[in-house]
Amino acid sequence: MKRLPLYLLLTALLSACASDPGTTQAGAKVEDRTAQKPVAPTEDTKPLIPPQTAVNPLKDPNNILSHRSVFYDLDSFDVKPEYKALVEAHGNYLATNPNAKVFLQGNADERGSREYNLALGQKRADGVRKILSLLGAKDAQVEAVSLGEEKPRAECHEESCWSQNRRTDFLYQGE
Amino acid sequence: MNKSMTSLRITVIGTVLTLLLSVITFNARAALTIEITGGSSLQIPVAIAPFAGEEAYPDTLSKIVMDDLARSGIFKLIDTSGMIAPRLPADVRVSEWRAKGATALAMANVIPQVGGRIDVQFRLIDTVRQDVAQVVQLAGYSLPTTNAQLRLTAHQIADIIFEKLTGTPGAFATRIAYITKHGNSHELQVADSDGYNAQTVFTSREPIISPTWSPDGTKLAYVAFDQKKPIVYVQTLATGKRQAVANFKGNNSAPAWSPDGRQLAVVLSRDGFAQIYSINADGSGLKRLTHTANIDTEPNWSPDGKYLLFTSDRGGSPQIYRMPSYGGEPVRLTFEGSYNVTPRFSPDGKSFAFIQREGGKFRVAVQDIVSGQVQILTDNGLDESPSWAPNGKMILYATERLGRGVLAAVSSDGRVKQKLSAQASDVREPSWGPVLRAKP
Repeated sequence: MKRLPLYLLLTALLSACASDPGTTQAGAKVEDRTAQKPVAPTEDTKPLIPPQTAVNPLKDPNNILSHRSVFYDLDSFDVKPEYKALVEAHGNYLATNPNAKVFLQGNADERGSREYNLALGQKRADGVRKILSLLGAKDAQVEAVSLGEEKPRAECHEESCWSQNRRTDFLYQGE
Repeated sequence: MNKSMTSLRITVIGTVLTLLLSVITFNARAALTIEITGGSSLQIPVAIAPFAGEEAYPDTLSKIVMDDLARSGIFKLIDTSGMIAPRLPADVRVSEWRAKGATALAMANVIPQVGGRIDVQFRLIDTVRQDVAQVVQLAGYSLPTTNAQLRLTAHQIADIIFEKLTGTPGAFATRIAYITKHGNSHELQVADSDGYNAQTVFTSREPIISPTWSPDGTKLAYVAFDQKKPIVYVQTLATGKRQAVANFKGNNSAPAWSPDGRQLAVVLSRDGFAQIYSINADGSGLKRLTHTANIDTEPNWSPDGKYLLFTSDRGGSPQIYRMPSYGGEPVRLTFEGSYNVTPRFSPDGKSFAFIQREGGKFRVAVQDIVSGQVQILTDNGLDESPSWAPNGKMILYATERLGRGVLAAVSSDGRVKQKLSAQASDVREPSWGPVLRAKP
């Protein structure tokens, strides 16, 4: 492809030489371009347009889709009313964007059995998966997995951290 | 618990015997430190005389035996400082030991043999009953060993003493497995039951959970997240080779060995929820055992192989159930409280240890299978992962102290308590292995 600029340059050169002086307006001064470098005619070129800067709804802090975590009460896997809108927004997004894929990662706080917490995290993630499915997300778009208590977001040993760790996260493919 | 009992602290410094080089090197990694609190109200007074010839070896065998017995909390060790090591029963003046309060005396000769072999001739003498003509011997063994296995031999002597004086086999000649976490480094380690000879057998940047010994003590099954999701592996300790035995879609976890070592019960989420399956130890022959839309996890085989205990939330809260090991109708076993998890059959199969939450505290409890009676054994608050000693006398578990994960042990009657901690690491997920047989 290194030849292309040379080809374009030749084309531009020929075009410049072929320009008809007769088309210039009467009385107008004919510019002497012989000493100048040939200039590509505008009709064959296009300006480089910068990429679209449209806001990605998943990243827009003003869009509910940028909210990615559902939090739970102790022992519970029920999605609380305050997270219904969030889950619904993601369900609608997946239904209208069939190429989008999301990982649901269920988590638990550190207390109690690690194995039971792994299963509880799975049940939390799977509960969200079911709602997304009801809203029109295809099975292939959603995968529910569990991290149990093994990947805490907050590390302290009290409720202020535990409440942050009882959680399902939405992680879109490519993120 | 006897509150007047003095707290005894035994600091264990890890040492490694390097047989091939015939030199002693000190293990730079600090091993587990074991601290004992409490003790049995009825302690058996026993004297461990210095062993004749033990001074030629770096580890003082009689001290290893004494430390084992003291750690159990059910023996009172008679002070033997200044006593001369008896070589033969004829050297023993029984009245002298009886005057010191001993009911039994352990003595041994450590005799080097050709080719680096060592013979430990051990006797246990009754110092209460006395025959007119000769001393009464409770046990007498000639234990062939090597430099590398001297510590194991000392633990086996402690096991013999324990069995002769309590009627129950000892569990000192055993190893434990556990997970340490330091920063982002997770390590699966194996150590002797007294915390010595700690070795790392698997290291990962991702979590490791649920290690468990094969019944013959040659392998460990565990769950590792190093492929970004939980997979069940079996690792052969002698070779270090590991095989993924359960690697299906979703989570693979909670391995439990069948008593014959041929099968594992595992928990898979390939059908959405955590459900219990059995699988051959080579990864073949998968069979689903539970069929619910609930959590069924933490399977544990009965010693006779007929039943599985497991945790399920099918009744609305996590409780412990029992079902035939081929699957079939489960029976609920726990009813007190809203959180009963991690059931582990006792070695005699008559009871099970588990974790019970009450008032926000997680504690080790034992329930009798027939009577249903529950005894709470601990009062720490964040206890997890109970694991029985092979003789059923102690339960090893994970807990937390000052924000750090530590291991602890409690006697099955709740009287004796030990804390085990490793320097600068969180320690968790303990599993107590089977009794080791000496390699001749």
